[in-house]
Amino acid sequence: MALLEIAAVTKVYGPLRALDGVDVLVEAGTFHGLIGPNGSGKSTLLKLIAGAHFPTTGTIRFDGMDITEMPPYQRARNGLSLKFQITAVLTELSVYDNVLLALQSAETSWQLLRSSSRLRLDDEVMVALDRFRLADRADDLAGELSHGEQQWLEIAMALAPKPKLLLLDEPTGGMSPEERRVTGELLEPIKPDCTLIIVEHDLDFIKNICDRLTVLDQGRVIGSGTIDEIERDPRVQEIYTSRV
Amino acid sequence: MGVATTRGAAQARKVRGSRKLAFRVLPVVELAALVSLVAAPFVLAERAALVTLMTNIVILSLFAISFDLCWGFSGIMSFGQALFFGAAGYVVALVGRDLDFSQLLGTLPLAMLIGGLLSAALAAFLLLGRKTPTSIFVAFGTLTGAYAAERLVSGWHYVGAGNGLSSIKLMAFGGFEFVEGAAFYSVALAALVLVYAASRVLVRSQLGLVLAGMRQNEERLAFFGYRVQVFKAIVFIFAGMIAGLSGALYSYHQGFTGPSNLGPGLSTTAVIYCLFGGSGTLIGPVLGTVAIELLSYVLADTDAIRQFWPVILGVVLLVVVMFQPTGLLGLIVSARERIGSFGVRRGAR
Repeated sequence: MALLEIAAVTKVYGPLRALDGVDVLVEAGTFHGLIGPNGSGKSTLLKLIAGAHFPTTGTIRFDGMDITEMPPYQRARNGLSLKFQITAVLTELSVYDNVLLALQSAETSWQLLRSSSRLRLDDEVMVALDRFRLADRADDLAGELSHGEQQWLEIAMALAPKPKLLLLDEPTGGMSPEERRVTGELLEPIKPDCTLIIVEHDLDFIKNICDRLTVLDQGRVIGSGTIDEIERDPRVQEIYTSRV
Repeated sequence: MGVATTRGAAQARKVRGSRKLAFRVLPVVELAALVSLVAAPFVLAERAALVTLMTNIVILSLFAISFDLCWGFSGIMSFGQALFFGAAGYVVALVGRDLDFSQLLGTLPLAMLIGGLLSAALAAFLLLGRKTPTSIFVAFGTLTGAYAAERLVSGWHYVGAGNGLSSIKLMAFGGFEFVEGAAFYSVALAALVLVYAASRVLVRSQLGLVLAGMRQNEERLAFFGYRVQVFKAIVFIFAGMIAGLSGALYSYHQGFTGPSNLGPGLSTTAVIYCLFGGSGTLIGPVLGTVAIELLSYVLADTDAIRQFWPVILGVVLLVVVMFQPTGLLGLIVSARERIGSFGVRRGAR
């Protein structure tokens, strides 16, 4: 059964048709890549799934629910998590508090006021940081981390609440080749528990970790399938040999 | 992976424990301020005018804290704190005049209720609508609220119109009536200490962590699952209650309340107290209020500059705001310490 169903989604910004009748199915437990040239609509589609913007027409269903016009906080509470394209860690807070913030979002205001969950969540915070090699930086300010470490921290924050679906918008942007390789290794173990949709320009990275790909061009889906199917697709080859 | 991960996390925790021993300045500043404020009426016992001044400072510190909770901790630019301050001041004055009642155990909670209800009404309109409000919208909305309230009472004869209400019934506890002096100062200081302690619990709790995150990136918090505007409304209402409490104490202490106690002018004064002392901390607004009020008192009392002291004060404020954006407190407290930690901490960490 599909965890995410995007049906006939169109997004219009003034005169620009950023997405035009897009259909995508994402199966539970898969890593699904969104690729395409600049301006093809990948990030726009991710924003519609996350709730940063709403579609002009079409529907988005997640885990059996229609989330087309659901606000972001409700989507998050239903198991959808996002890592932004531009790193959005909270630089003035400690690395530890960044992850704690992500983890404690299900608490009520009263529980938060009583600080009743900090000790209970402590192990989860440290395990989340350790998974991304940040445990010994827990007390540092997030702003003191390198760019690559900030990217990892944001992925750790997005993963900490154990989402059903994680959206990653260019997670390796600005990383060194070694950091990209490590990022792939760090993401691999989450596969049994979390479905992943990833937008990424680095095709080698995408091919290494994704099970299926959807290719967008000028706001339309021009191909969807396994890595092999996509690599053999002449329309995709035409785009990537002529324009990328 | 799981075992290794947990072991790595445990080792990292030990390293973290050793980093926690750095000397913290903020508790020292807080303690020094508390000792100074407690000692003030004893030290100034022979100078009644200064005890009156210190009482005003303590009451206005409450008002400054109410603004700082909005702006410094939650990113709500409220130019309407005087609305809650002044409205509560009017209500206790009217209750004294029309119901002949001024028992502090009844009127001070009533003042907090008035501040809370008015701020809740404003929050419902400005913060809790379907669309996420911009900072400018909230700033203008609160400013308009204060301005409209000032104009309303200026023309309303029941509340004294432009003359305000004078000869306010003295605040009482049983048969004891509080006139200016050490007794009134003690009540004001007790209120400040209680409000400070409650605010400290709020901003140092895990809810305070949400506020700190909100201040930096509201959108990020929404994608974590937080209803950001609800958290803002909670703080706004709490701050409104504090402003109401300070407004009631101010009216009782002055024996008078007027339209200017509701308006944008006084609201802006709270902004200045806060920026001068250091926003985003609780002690900063108190230091700002003390510094500005004492400076005003000294400058106004100096013959050579009696005509020009507001200009001199203005220049001093501008210099501090321009060149020391973290306020006076920022001179001695690091940014890291001002942000602080949140929630209960385990001894080992």
